[in-house]
Amino acid sequence: MSARARSRKGYFGEYGGRFAPETLMAPLEELEKAFDRWRRDPRFRRELDRLLRTYGGRPTPLSDAPRLSKSAGGASIALKREDLLHTGAHKLNNCLGQVLLATRMGKRRVIAETGAGQHGVATAAAAARLGIPCRVYMGTVDMARQSPNVSRMRLLGAEVIAVDSGSRTLKDAINEAMRDWIENVATTHYVLGSALGPHPYPTMVREFQAVIGREARAQFRRLAGRDPDAAVACVGGGSNAIGLFSAYLATRVRLYGVEAGGRGNAPGDHAARFAGGSAGVLHGTRTLLLQDASGQVVPTHSVSAGLDYPAVGPEHAHLGSLGRVAYGKVSDSEALEAFRLLARTEGILPALESAHAIAFAVRLAGRMPKRAWVLVNLSGRGDKDLEIVESASGRS
Amino acid sequence: MAGDPSSDATVALARALEGAGAEILELGVPFSDPIADGAVLQRSAARALAAGTTLADVWRMAERIRRATSLSLVLFSYVNPLLRRGLERSAREAKAAGFDAVLVTDLPPEEAGAVQPLFRNADLETVFLVSPTSPPGRMSRAARLSSGFLYVVSRPGTTGARDSLPSDLSRTVARARRAARENLPVAVGFGIATPAAARLAARLADGVVVGSALVAKTEENPDPNDAVVAVGRLARRLVGACRRGKP
Repeated sequence: MSARARSRKGYFGEYGGRFAPETLMAPLEELEKAFDRWRRDPRFRRELDRLLRTYGGRPTPLSDAPRLSKSAGGASIALKREDLLHTGAHKLNNCLGQVLLATRMGKRRVIAETGAGQHGVATAAAAARLGIPCRVYMGTVDMARQSPNVSRMRLLGAEVIAVDSGSRTLKDAINEAMRDWIENVATTHYVLGSALGPHPYPTMVREFQAVIGREARAQFRRLAGRDPDAAVACVGGGSNAIGLFSAYLATRVRLYGVEAGGRGNAPGDHAARFAGGSAGVLHGTRTLLLQDASGQVVPTHSVSAGLDYPAVGPEHAHLGSLGRVAYGKVSDSEALEAFRLLARTEGILPALESAHAIAFAVRLAGRMPKRAWVLVNLSGRGDKDLEIVESASGRS
Repeated sequence: MAGDPSSDATVALARALEGAGAEILELGVPFSDPIADGAVLQRSAARALAAGTTLADVWRMAERIRRATSLSLVLFSYVNPLLRRGLERSAREAKAAGFDAVLVTDLPPEEAGAVQPLFRNADLETVFLVSPTSPPGRMSRAARLSSGFLYVVSRPGTTGARDSLPSDLSRTVARARRAARENLPVAVGFGIATPAAARLAARLADGVVVGSALVAKTEENPDPNDAVVAVGRLARRLVGACRRGKP
């Protein structure tokens, strides 16, 4: 990688950029300028901090997990409890930031895509709180498997649009949200939910999620008197992971991102971009992508709707290529097992997305000495997944 | 769309379009995630992909169209299928297949710095898009990178037939003309579906692009022979309207 490549705007090494239709280019520039301006504005920051605290419930706790650690049989595990954030996942950090930004920009409407429904619920809540109409696009496969979140979004006043094209999951919901944005860009802000998409989204989403890492680092130091030896987070697009990792990139803490290993290694059976992907452009960014020999995006599978996406955020692709973050995968069945394990040992039902991180952390901790610490971002809670977990139990 | 519903049908449709008086053919490369396209072109791409269409098939169709017609051929693609094959190789193969120009929907001037010279070195014209949302600086940049023609997107939106033209179209085209060099023609597309709209657009621009409205005819006519007749009939009316629109 050349120094020039590193310094290109909106790029992370050779990944990132702004591969968008012309109609979106000036609006993306406008969004970048607005974000640069408001993120430095003391009043905007105070307002966002106040919302995160009084509405979102920040700071979220960080705690040890003694019984989970004991069952791992090695290092101690600590949990950053983003599942306790209002609406049940880390997504609200980014939604409050972006919806507040949208109101400052004079936008009259927000739209969002959602996979597991957590980003949709968080956008709907933020839009309700800040008084702006909201529409959420969701694949019909995801609407069926995350139906409690569909009800939540509707009760929060959002209009949920079923997307029945392509693989009917997160990827296709993003396609439809982008088309809506192209059509209505003058009046509408697109609240992209993960650290992907055209510049400035990957940077903006990271900055709004960086609160996870800032809090976690300080809290962990109070718990253990030092930084952890390793930090683990699940990676769909990668927003909760980049939020946590951002606090540790300049340290020696080993960082692990966990992808969906799904039900096997064959194309279409997983969403492990680092294992099976190659460089390509999807949804406005150049990144690691699961694609076929003709450059067509291939279907993915994961028991977890939030990880079921064929591309990864460009900063993760870069951090992987540098070797700064190691990316591993966890299968559907390992994630389901970790769900049950955390429930029984710590009394916490994790989102199936976060259960991937738990499964990986348990595996990792088991190979580490007792005095070591592994910090896991518990990015969301599992109420939305009860039906999936129960039906999987019925099968086994 | 190349390969919708088959290679043979694509070649037959190209001949029908030439017969109707069309001069330039935009041959679309099907892509799995066409974010700039409305429902008609999405379904068309899905049909072409379901039929197994690859970039190599697009080259073969272009060769056949080149032999069968004297249409100018514009390769119309999203960037990923070209990236996957290699940009330099794609450019070389496109030229060899008979393409005259290339237009990449999701490759704005910012990202085209290294790419545009590859196409030009392969002796392909490069077409960039400008939109009503493009400020003058962006329009100038797109025009500088363009040869062949400058493509004016008529309205903020995805591709697809609309009932009418946007009220600010003449202003958008005038802005594009100011940005374009004297010898760079300006074509307008997106949403133009009817002879009335084509006639108005032809008054403003040097070229009029119709996509979805023609593709919809192939969708409405599952029998390729019927589709060729229907597409030819609509194209003839559109071409006639454009000629009447010319001052």
